[in-house]
Amino acid sequence: MSTADEVLPARRRTGNRRRPGNNKWSGARLVRRLPWWFAAAVIAIGGLLWIYPFLWMVGASLKNPLEVFTAGLSLLPEKAEWGNYSRAWSDAGFGKYLINTVIVTVTTVVLVVLRCAMAGYVLARQSFFGKKVVMVILIATLFVPTGYTIIPVVEISQQLGLLNSLSGMVLALAGGAHVASILLYLGYFRQLPRELEESAVIDGAGFFSIFARIMLPLANPVTATVTLLTFLGTWNAFFLPLVFSFSRPDLRTLSVGMLAFVGENSTDWSGMAAAASISLLPVVALFVLLQRYFVEGIAGAVKS
Amino acid sequence: MAVTVVPDAPPERGTRRSPKAGRDRRLGRNQLWVWLFLTPTVVLYGVYTVYPILASYWYSFVEWNGFDADKTWVGLANYRAVLADPLFWNSFKITVLFMVAVVPLKVLLTLLLALVLNSPKLPMRTLFRTAFFLPVVTTTAIVGVVMQFVFDPASGPVNTLLRELGLVADGINFLGDPKTALWTVVSVYIWKWFGVTLIYWLAALQTVPDEVYEAAAIDGAGPWKLLRHVTLPLLKPFAVIITLLTLESTLKVFDLMLTMTNGGPFYATEVVEIYIYRWAFAASVPQLGFASAAAVVFGLFVGLVGLLQLAGIRAARKTRSAR
Repeated sequence: MSTADEVLPARRRTGNRRRPGNNKWSGARLVRRLPWWFAAAVIAIGGLLWIYPFLWMVGASLKNPLEVFTAGLSLLPEKAEWGNYSRAWSDAGFGKYLINTVIVTVTTVVLVVLRCAMAGYVLARQSFFGKKVVMVILIATLFVPTGYTIIPVVEISQQLGLLNSLSGMVLALAGGAHVASILLYLGYFRQLPRELEESAVIDGAGFFSIFARIMLPLANPVTATVTLLTFLGTWNAFFLPLVFSFSRPDLRTLSVGMLAFVGENSTDWSGMAAAASISLLPVVALFVLLQRYFVEGIAGAVKS
Repeated sequence: MAVTVVPDAPPERGTRRSPKAGRDRRLGRNQLWVWLFLTPTVVLYGVYTVYPILASYWYSFVEWNGFDADKTWVGLANYRAVLADPLFWNSFKITVLFMVAVVPLKVLLTLLLALVLNSPKLPMRTLFRTAFFLPVVTTTAIVGVVMQFVFDPASGPVNTLLRELGLVADGINFLGDPKTALWTVVSVYIWKWFGVTLIYWLAALQTVPDEVYEAAAIDGAGPWKLLRHVTLPLLKPFAVIITLLTLESTLKVFDLMLTMTNGGPFYATEVVEIYIYRWAFAASVPQLGFASAAAVVFGLFVGLVGLLQLAGIRAARKTRSAR
């Protein structure tokens, strides 16, 4: 986790640290730093409170149902009840939901990256008839909420025979919105020098190979950002998967399955906590591993 | 969709300084590739965003339950019914109230924390950043369900804590009481999405060049003066963008609301998207025409917010380039 300094580099530390006689543990320096240690302590307490609900949930997932009621704030169970997990995993189908979520998320991310990179590339680098129209439509629909489009999306999916299928869910998730991703690619491609393509053309490269071999690899930072933002958005998507799996419980994703689980087993608190842990642990683990890229991606998106 | 491949269209005028013949021929050949590249977006976006927007208008003029094929043209009746429904205005009011409550709190609190977390003198700041960002990556719907238990009046941790501290005798029914439900969702929403706004501010703070601080420090400015006269003015254009991004994202509170309160108790947390959902999918006899009319009215409102956003960003750009 020491990597965040590279991500959002602190203002360059200037001068005085290197000054002779001002070594790291000198008394004066420690006194000067005291307010910062105090601030760190205050923030640490805040941070602990911040993640407390997660800790409580993981704790509750290992308690027996009665203990969840009586143990109050304590995090550690008296005796770990792994049965809660097997109950959620197989009986409530969370194993299946996890697989569905992974399939839906991975294919959506691939589709979104490809289509947005291609569209961003031609919009940034090519002049063609109808470009203005495309741009205006994209910008005009930048912030359409799901609740606004959901009824026709369901209707047209039904007519295409895609309503109760994972592929229908993926197409709807990858097809709607994502204008911001196109604009990210567009902005990035636009600032690359023209000579790149011109010399590639002289070397005999065609349109597609210029894109696939030169432009797309150059846009790796944007691809990382778009991948992570789309991943987060799709993994957490709720409205669309909910509507697409109304009559097919076996197609539920984790978030929809969770709601159904609570509806059907409103008394099974520890099972609920285990199900929530199964749903959240993969994405939290991924986040801790890729923490730096997550932060970098979102920061990069707002800076451009 | 409506767009067709136009292979021989002339290149846009004025984009090239010397339109050489060879280049023009190449551009002509490229047109095919251009539309090939745009096809996935044009088709998918057309089917799943542009068509639905247009279709919503059409649906809003018919009476249709979603099961039968026949749709009866009813003209403006759906709009009249929506605009006459006090529950629609209630959901509209709650959407706006939610926005007004969340945006200033979130923008200001994250700015405060970002200013502290941005200092290289603060120990363990990477760890803190991770902790505050953690709720962002978690699934909203699941957070909603977990929070139902966290705020449970009988045995949830929040009420247990309040009782142990002796602040209340009986548990507070945070989500079951119309007076507290909305504010509970507001606080959970701020908690959940705090990290994103925090990262926005940290990114903005990185754009302030070191030289500015150094020059001001040489002129004898203390930390407070640096903040007031250097940092905050330089952050102004970002403040506009961050506020508007935050504002726009609060319109999408659907998942959290539905899983935490389902719009209740007594419609106290029913935002417009839940209102639409209730009429279109959760009713025993869906009223898709009526729900579409509500969606169109809501869409116009969102469009207005979007316009405001673009105008704000343009104004922010202007102040930045004027410097």
